Amino acid sequence: MAYSEKVVDHYSNPRNVGSLDKKDEGVGTGIVGAPECGDVMKLQVKVSGEGVIEDAKFKTFGCGSAIASSSLATEWLKGKTVDEAQEIKNTQIVEELNLPPVKIHCSVLAEDAIKAALNDYREKQGIPVVGDAKSAV
Amino acid sequence: MSIKFPIYMDYQATTPMDSRVLEEMVPYFTDTFGNSASRNHSYGWEAEKAVDDARERLANVIGADPREIIFTSGATESDNMALKGVAEMYKTKGKHIITSMIEHKAIIDSAKRLETWGFDVTYLMPGEDGITSTQMVEEAITDETILVSIMTANNEIGVINPIREIGQLCRAHKIIFHTDATQGYGKVPLDVNEDFIDLLSMTGHKIYGPKGVGALYVRRRKPRVRLAALIDGGGHERGMRSGTLNVSGIVGFGKAAQICHEEMEEEGIRLTNMRDKFKATMMESLEEVYVNGHETKRLPGNINLSFPYVEGESLIMGLKDVAVSSGSACTSASLEPSYVLKAMGRGDELAHSSIRFGFGRFTTQEEIDFVAEKTVDVVNRMREMSPLYEMVKEGIDLSKVEWAHH
Repeated sequence: MAYSEKVVDHYSNPRNVGSLDKKDEGVGTGIVGAPECGDVMKLQVKVSGEGVIEDAKFKTFGCGSAIASSSLATEWLKGKTVDEAQEIKNTQIVEELNLPPVKIHCSVLAEDAIKAALNDYREKQGIPVVGDAKSAV
Repeated sequence: MSIKFPIYMDYQATTPMDSRVLEEMVPYFTDTFGNSASRNHSYGWEAEKAVDDARERLANVIGADPREIIFTSGATESDNMALKGVAEMYKTKGKHIITSMIEHKAIIDSAKRLETWGFDVTYLMPGEDGITSTQMVEEAITDETILVSIMTANNEIGVINPIREIGQLCRAHKIIFHTDATQGYGKVPLDVNEDFIDLLSMTGHKIYGPKGVGALYVRRRKPRVRLAALIDGGGHERGMRSGTLNVSGIVGFGKAAQICHEEMEEEGIRLTNMRDKFKATMMESLEEVYVNGHETKRLPGNINLSFPYVEGESLIMGLKDVAVSSGSACTSASLEPSYVLKAMGRGDELAHSSIRFGFGRFTTQEEIDFVAEKTVDVVNRMREMSPLYEMVKEGIDLSKVEWAHH
């Protein structure tokens, strides 16, 4: 199984690995996936007072494509508003990383992670959540 | 000494051919190229002699008579022959077969096919150490049982089953005992008489011989085992397996067997030491490393380790200069984690985090040291990136988490 160059790049030089303070009011945390499935992604966003994502961090337990999908997600999140981030689709990730069919689910999980993180932020802010994406408890 | 990259550590998948084997095979392509079934001229006679020599060398490894060695295209075919051939021949005596859940697919899929043909199959679940015990077999035996098939050593986790005891049990019950010895032949001592074996599958490419050739040992006496042939056409191999013999492959197979017979003990000691040293390094350098399968009842050249909180495919990606394999679902085309590790009750998470390291004849200590260091590096790096590791470090009990997944 040969990986696309971009997947290898994200794997070898992952962007934004790490953690934000999940107790911070401006931080939204999304943890999706399950160990039994071989994929768990934790994605966090720090949202400014104006509703713009200033920082994003990730940690992933999963294959190269899963790591690349979540790494890419953090890159794309920075600078977007919460509403703009809501529009990120897994198909965009698939295209950017050239994911083969068998790895598409990695991009779906990344989209879930984004939405779960955004909903976590919304809950903290008392804003209605969007959709049913939620985080592990 | 320079290392050749990528370092090959997948010796259970296949082995490079020993140059002595290749040398032995060469004349049989263009010089002694005859069909060993040609009765009327020296081309045929010479080929036949070469085949018979190989038969003898193969038989010697397991204490068999050369006439009991039937050549096939490989262990998969041998497994098919053993199961389907016995089932067909003895079906009036009974229709129950016992095997294990962690056999190679050649056994499991053959057994599944027999089920569609009206046979009952019991698939024994191994213990947590991966071993199928004599007691498990005994509890499954019924009046209808005609065959027990238990592998000598498992290809994924390397554990060795109690073949002699199982064989003895089957002999006492007059049940035919087959063992798939693909991974064990030439690597651990086996004797068809002392171990009460009636049928045994073996293949060339796991013992530094060529791919595409294997054999089935079929007992001639006490008791005589008969098989219905799967392949018809000319009656070769005592009517059990028709088809022109792969003379050059067989010559190579025989030479490979001879080398194993002579070097098995010494090689076993060397590999066991290297493996144990590798394991010790892993355990000392990393927190939480698990050996999958029994600690000591295992092949000299195999160790299957799980590294919790790190997924296998991402680990392999980091070990890009090393050729290993993983029980992770991601590395199987079907996204299912290794059925072997699952059957052991390992839990899917540990299956996802497993790597099989397979050493062999040409593995050097330098290579092992390199791989050990690299693996420790990559595991640590992946753990830094792992949300599971982070949660564990925070004191969270992962088994109590409600995961959000589809």
